[in-house]
Amino acid sequence: MIKYYLDFEKPIEELELKIEELKRISDGKDMNISGEIRRLEKKARDLRTEIFSKLTPWQKTLLARHPDRPYTLDYINIISEEFVELHGDRKFSDDKAIVGGIAKIGNDTVVIIGHQKGRGTKERIKRNFGQPHPEGYRKAFRLMELAEKFKKPVITLIDTPGAYPGIGAEERGQAEAISANLMLMSRLRVPVISVVIGEGGSGGALALSVSDRLYMLEHSVYSVISPEGCAAILWRKNGDLNADDFSKASDALKLTAQDLLQFKIIDDIIPEPLGGAHRDVEQTAKNISEKILEALDELRAKTPGKLTEERYKRLKKIGSFVEES
Amino acid sequence: MAWFKKGKELKADKKVKIPEGLWVKCDNCREIIYKKEIDKNLQVCPKCNYHFRISALERLKLIVDEGSFIEMDEGLSSSDPLKFRDRISYREKLEENRKKSGLEEAAISGEATIQGHPVILVIMDFSFMGGSMGSVVGEKVLRASETALEIKKPLITVASSGGARMQEGMFSLMQMARVSAAIARLKEGGVLYISILADPTFGGVTASFAMLGDIILAEPRSLIGFAGPRVIEQTIKQQLPEDFQRAEFLLEHGLIDKVVDRKELKKTVAQIIRLMA
Ligand SMILES: [Zn+2]
Repeated sequence: MIKYYLDFEKPIEELELKIEELKRISDGKDMNISGEIRRLEKKARDLRTEIFSKLTPWQKTLLARHPDRPYTLDYINIISEEFVELHGDRKFSDDKAIVGGIAKIGNDTVVIIGHQKGRGTKERIKRNFGQPHPEGYRKAFRLMELAEKFKKPVITLIDTPGAYPGIGAEERGQAEAISANLMLMSRLRVPVISVVIGEGGSGGALALSVSDRLYMLEHSVYSVISPEGCAAILWRKNGDLNADDFSKASDALKLTAQDLLQFKIIDDIIPEPLGGAHRDVEQTAKNISEKILEALDELRAKTPGKLTEERYKRLKKIGSFVEES
Repeated sequence: MAWFKKGKELKADKKVKIPEGLWVKCDNCREIIYKKEIDKNLQVCPKCNYHFRISALERLKLIVDEGSFIEMDEGLSSSDPLKFRDRISYREKLEENRKKSGLEEAAISGEATIQGHPVILVIMDFSFMGGSMGSVVGEKVLRASETALEIKKPLITVASSGGARMQEGMFSLMQMARVSAAIARLKEGGVLYISILADPTFGGVTASFAMLGDIILAEPRSLIGFAGPRVIEQTIKQQLPEDFQRAEFLLEHGLIDKVVDRKELKKTVAQIIRLMA
C-alpha cells in the first residue's frame, strides 16, 4: 500500500522505505539484515515520537486534513454494532456531505450525525469535500428532532472545511439552516456529545457541535476561520501567500485541541495513536467510543430539564471580556 | 426606568460620517447630490432610494422615541484572549476603532421605547471593526435577550456585520452558539423578537441571531448572506447574478419577511409590536 506522507513526515518516509527495502531483500533469513531492520524500526519510531511531540498548529491542520485520515463513516462502522443510515431533509434533497442515522453503541441506541468527506476524486465530489449545503444541516435537524422524540442521545462527529459557499446554498438559506441548528441543539432534551475528528471549520462545524460534552481528537483543529482565510485577510498579497503565512496564521488563531482545552472551550482531548488517527483507525475508534460511553454514563443520570439548563450555563461561560461598572 | 441597576443616558448627537463635503456621489446611481438633501432624507439617496450605511447612533435616533434610550452593559470590553496581533496588536486595533467610531464596541444595547412601546434593543455598527461579533457583542446580545425575557418586552436587533471576529478565534465562533441559545429561551418564553438586517450582514451574525427573528425585516438593497460574494466567486469561478444576496433576493427566496424603507422602519416595528401584543 502506498502511504501518503506530509512534508514534515519526509524523514520518516525515507526510513520506512529503507526498512521495506531491507525486508524484501532479506526475506526474513539474513540475521545481519534483520538486526539492521530492528535498529531502523526503532529509529523510525523515535523519530516519529519526536516529530509528533512538537507539531506546530499548521502541521496539525495538515494532519487534520490528511487524505488518509479516517472519516465519520469509518468511525461509525467500527464503533457501532448496528447502524441504519437515514437520508434526506424531506424538503429538497439528501446532502451527502452530512451523514446520519440510528446506531447501537455499547448498550445504547443513539442518533449519530457527522460531516462526511470523500476519499478519491469521485467520492470527494460526491461528498462535496465535506462542505454541506443547507439540506445537510436540515437533515441533521430532522434527525436530532427524531432523537429527542424517542429520547435517544445525539452523537455528532465534526469534520468539515466549512459550510459550502455557493449560489444555491445562499438561495436556500445556508445561514438560516445553521442558525436553526444552533438554536435546536441548545435546547434538545437529550444528551448531546460532539467529537471533532478532523477539521472544525467555522460556522459549518459549529452547526453540529452545540453539546453537553465537546471533545477533540489530539491532532484535530477547530477554528473561526481557516489559516488560509485568516492569512488572506491579514496579509493580502494577491494570492502569493505561502506556507509560512499559513503557519503564522495558524499560530495566531489558537486552533489546536491543546489550545482549546486550555481555554476551556472543549472538555477533553481524545488521544490518537503515534503518527495520527490514520495509523491505527481501530485504536482511534476505540478511544472515541470509550469517551462517548463514559460521557453518556454521566449525562444519562440528569433529567432533561437539568441537561438543557446546564448546557446553557456552559455556553454562557464562554466569553472573554472585562466589565467596568 | 426601574428595571436597570445601572445605565446612563446616551447623547445621540454624533455627526454623520459618511458624506464629506457639500456634495456626495451616490454609491448606487452615481449621481452627485447635495449632502444636506441626503441628511434630510435619513441618509437615503433621493434619486434612487439607495440606503447609505449609518452608524449605530444614527440608527438609534431613527428608530427609538427621543430621549427614551438608556444604554446597558456599556462597560464591557474585550480581554484579548488570544493575544492576537498582525501588524498591530488586537488591543491597539480596538483602541483605533474606539477613536474612529466614538463607540466602545461594535454594538450598543439598551432599553428604549418605540412609539411608546418599551423594547430591549441591540444595534450593531459596521464602522467598528466591520461590525464583527466577538465576546462583547455576543455578551450584549445574550444579556439583552435575557433582559427581554425577564421583563417580557420585545427584543429588537439591528444587524450590520461582516461576521465573527477573527481576532478572538474560537471565542468569537462560540458567540454564535451563545446568542442562539439565548434566543431559543426567548422563543420558549413567548417573547417577540424582531430582527432587522442592514447593509451588510454576513457570516456568523447572519448564521445566528440575525436569522432567528420571529419576524425578519431588511433595508432595501442590503447585502445579506452567509458567505461573502467574493468567497463565492472564487469558489464557483463564475460571476454572480446582479441582485444576488440583496434584501430583495432574500425576500424572493422566502428568507425574510419584508423589505422596509428606512423612513418606514420605526412605524413598521411599532405596528408589529402593537399587533402582536
Ligand atoms: Zn442614488
